[in-house]
Amino acid sequence: MKFSDEFRDKDLIRDIARRLQQLGGKPATIMEVCGTHTMAAARFGLKELLPPPVRLVSGPGCPVCVTAQEDLDGFLALGKEPGIVLASFGDMLRVPGTGTSLEKERARGAAVKVVYAPLDAVDLARQEKEKEVVFFGVGFETTMPATAVALQVAAADKVDNFSVFCVHKTMPGALKALLSAGEVKVSGLLCPGHVTTIIGAASYDFISRDFGIPCAVTGFEPLDLLLGVESILRQLSEGRAGVENVYTRAVPAQPNPRAQALLAEVFAPADAVWRGLGVIPGSGVKIREKYRDFDAQSRFAALLAQVPPPPPTACCCGDILRGVMAPKECPLFAQACSPSQPLGPCMVSSEGACAAAYRYERD
Amino acid sequence: MDLVLLSHGAGGLEMTALIDKVFLSRYGNAAFRGDDSATLQLGARNLALTTDSYVVTPLFFPGGDIGRLAVAGTINDLLTAAARPLALSASFIIEEGLPIATLERIAQSMRETAAEGGAAIVTGDTKVVPRGSADQVFITTTGVGEVIRPGVSGAAAIPGDKIILTGSVGDHGATVMLAREGLLEGASLSSDAAPLAALVLHLLEQRCEIHAMRDPTRGGIASSLNEIARQSKVCLEIEESAVKVRPGVAAACEALGLDVFKVANEGKMLIFVAPGDALRTLDLARSSPYGEEAGIIGEVTTGPPGRVQVRTAIGTARILDPPSGELLPRIC
Repeated sequence: MKFSDEFRDKDLIRDIARRLQQLGGKPATIMEVCGTHTMAAARFGLKELLPPPVRLVSGPGCPVCVTAQEDLDGFLALGKEPGIVLASFGDMLRVPGTGTSLEKERARGAAVKVVYAPLDAVDLARQEKEKEVVFFGVGFETTMPATAVALQVAAADKVDNFSVFCVHKTMPGALKALLSAGEVKVSGLLCPGHVTTIIGAASYDFISRDFGIPCAVTGFEPLDLLLGVESILRQLSEGRAGVENVYTRAVPAQPNPRAQALLAEVFAPADAVWRGLGVIPGSGVKIREKYRDFDAQSRFAALLAQVPPPPPTACCCGDILRGVMAPKECPLFAQACSPSQPLGPCMVSSEGACAAAYRYERD
Repeated sequence: MDLVLLSHGAGGLEMTALIDKVFLSRYGNAAFRGDDSATLQLGARNLALTTDSYVVTPLFFPGGDIGRLAVAGTINDLLTAAARPLALSASFIIEEGLPIATLERIAQSMRETAAEGGAAIVTGDTKVVPRGSADQVFITTTGVGEVIRPGVSGAAAIPGDKIILTGSVGDHGATVMLAREGLLEGASLSSDAAPLAALVLHLLEQRCEIHAMRDPTRGGIASSLNEIARQSKVCLEIEESAVKVRPGVAAACEALGLDVFKVANEGKMLIFVAPGDALRTLDLARSSPYGEEAGIIGEVTTGPPGRVQVRTAIGTARILDPPSGELLPRIC
């Protein structure tokens, strides 16, 4: 496997850091929408390289962090039923639901399996024919095609004991809601590279057009991120707002037609509940009627109806996901809330803004 | 009700907390320093004692097997106390139905690894449990060694010390993880499991001014470096680009979303040595078995005690925190 080592080249990075210093005279708040950007910025200490008036804030792009507590509570409730196996990506294991987590339920005897791909959960269902295997479908447009394939395979092969608890979310709707609320004064957006390989860079045109905010689609190496920041600062200094793609080695302007066809066949647009943001119309998907038999929310509707709504929490993850509070401003940060005792998902997910700040930037 | 979680066994913060709360509070004593081996004064002789249990799926993987791990791990733990390994015990908990040929392969591997490490396996125990009560076979090894340089401890690093790492990181953890997920095909990965007796004893015999050693197993170098920073109440500065990572390991870690600094090694040693003797020690390490790729990865500073800082490959700074949560469930 070849690595993009040139995107970690020290001299190239110094060059661009110098250019940024020349561009960055005015205050600017740039939101990195994607959790992987948050983590990469922290891991490489990129904030050190930005001009002082330019600051990065984290956006709502960590799929684990934005999973609503009521959704997680529903999934956890299924695990208490005998004969149900919960299959999940590893990231979700420690995310706190109300009073418990997948990790804790596993220790109490629930059947919780970590899978690396949704198809692994289908295979699990084939092996455990007498059990019900429910896969927690979490993630944005990047992970949705994999869940779609799993649903198609399960339907074609009649793996009737497999179902998906679908809490997938779509990025453009959430960004629109966030910017419309006007709570966050964002000067520019670093748009998520991997999501954009599926939905195409043109999906963000509305942001520059309707909100006058410059966007840059970027990758995940230090040079990618700095090129994104440069694109935004340059647009700001020239008084323009467009969508620039600095991740052209992976991202085309147009959506990936195969992935789009796959998503359209399996999922229909729906409203979704985001942690910290509430219900955002059209920001999620539901499983189409055709695959209803494999839709866990439909299969276990009676059970899920009995799950009580979550009580209010002291966790500020909502404010952090909206970019109105920095992790270190949360009164719980590194005190009551830490990676070993996470109170909110931003601290537990490897992509979470609080986990990134705790790991790499704690004073 | 508080229950033991898998993360309590992952070698990170949760495990430290569990050990403090349950074990140290009950049978800890003043001599406890938080090292991998205890040292015992018996008349004029100074002995080191250590024990470790091994659980790994799959039992056999490129570069090693559970038997090689069980012997090499205990030998390496003795070496961290600057002790010459003498004798080992080996206890087996075996799941009903395990092929005897499998057990023979493991025992043969243990014999060869012990011989390589200069120790004999002198006693043991065998238990068989009903199918489902254990996963194939669990092995516990206990080792006794003679301390040849008293005072070498994770609590003895001092500002100025250079930190030598004897080779690349993450090989064992990445190999086992890929093997477990059936992803090894086409990847040229191999565990580094090895007894480091020849290397470490050579350095001690050549009177290298070593203050502290640790084999960075579970939790990787992130865990070991943080332990030593805390035990010695010093700050460590690590140069990221000086830490070697094989391309296959780097690729596996990127793909699985792992920080290679937190991935297990089973044949590496972190050696804290006085600055004046660092280059000589490095040369001696490089001319020893399993030390060919040794390098200086950082130093001990007078910065905030207990902190590990990394100078990243692009020249910025960040904190290296100890792992938390279950990174590699049941790796060993």
